[in-house]
Amino acid sequence: MDRRDRPMSPHLSVYGWYISNGLSIIHRMTGFALSVGAFALVGWLVSIAAGYDAYSAVGSLYGSVIGNLALFGWSFCFFYHLCNGVRHLCWDIGKGFDQQAARRSGMLVVAIALILTAMLWTLVLAG
Amino acid sequence: MAQFILPPNSRVGKGETHAAPADAKNVRRFDVYRYDPDTGENPRLDSYNIDVDDCGPMILDALIKIKNEVDPTLTFRRSCREGICGSCAMNIDGANTLACTLAIDDVKGDVSVYPLPHMSVVKDLVPDLTHFYAQYASIKPWLQTRSPAPPDSERLQSKEEQELINSPSACILCACCSTSCPSYWWNSDRYLGPAVLLAAYRWLVDSRDEATGERLDDLEDPFRLYRCHTIMNCTYACPKDLNPAKAIGEIKQMLTARRM
Repeated sequence: MDRRDRPMSPHLSVYGWYISNGLSIIHRMTGFALSVGAFALVGWLVSIAAGYDAYSAVGSLYGSVIGNLALFGWSFCFFYHLCNGVRHLCWDIGKGFDQQAARRSGMLVVAIALILTAMLWTLVLAG
Repeated sequence: MAQFILPPNSRVGKGETHAAPADAKNVRRFDVYRYDPDTGENPRLDSYNIDVDDCGPMILDALIKIKNEVDPTLTFRRSCREGICGSCAMNIDGANTLACTLAIDDVKGDVSVYPLPHMSVVKDLVPDLTHFYAQYASIKPWLQTRSPAPPDSERLQSKEEQELINSPSACILCACCSTSCPSYWWNSDRYLGPAVLLAAYRWLVDSRDEATGERLDDLEDPFRLYRCHTIMNCTYACPKDLNPAKAIGEIKQMLTARRM
């Protein structure tokens, strides 16, 4: 038979999710979310330039429940992407490649991102 | 371009179920990927219920038992049964490893057995490794020298110099790491993958090799080397406990150092 007709073996559907590939895909997804979120930030800045009415309209949109949830998610994306970025910098200088070190640094990144998100929103809600 | 969904001819259908012998007490189910090139049908997943009390301890023992006693058409590669030949590399329980060094007891629940991921399947659990071997050949995996060899001895190394190549030369080219790497799945046409980059590293750090500059030139490429995004699946998959991710990181550092 023609070798081009051979099937391709399953990949994404059979490979398990581990800290390695799991955190990697989260890094990409949070990076994507940050890019989308950048438009929201630009929208806010443009509304300041556009005057009082536009600014208060955008402010009430972002201040709504849905707006707050989106900002909450976006802030976690920001902190996760930041912390995991530092983890990547450590790899770039040759540190933390051992299996256990990489597993620990991954869990640490998630924990720190959650803590920073919680701290930020404690400040926001208290203020 | 990355293709996340399997092409229509590769989707895995439901297969047959083979019952365990009636008197079996300790039954485990093995779901095994089957593909027969002679029928041209889509791959399927056959289930074999095996009495593991009447079977050797390793996954490979179960596969051999299935081939001997249930279905002689089941096709897989195996040779040394002690983790040194790399033939029985496959995807077991969601991770790539050698069937001969993974104990059945170390897998919980039903045991899923697939060929190495994102490869062209020749038959059942046998992937086509032609491209993988060609990539290995492309990094010139042999000692390159320009200076004449000493007339009265071999090219000697110190103990410390030898230790640098100890670990990377223990690679058995089973392809567990490369086929665990999502970057390799999506870009294997141009990205060399962890196994081949580990081999490249082995020659880069060899104190006797005199082609370090050319070797680095060949690797300095957005695809051949830099498709590595430090996902680390390779290091977790390696059945020999080697660290391809670290080797790739060090190659990147060597390239950076060379520019400064």
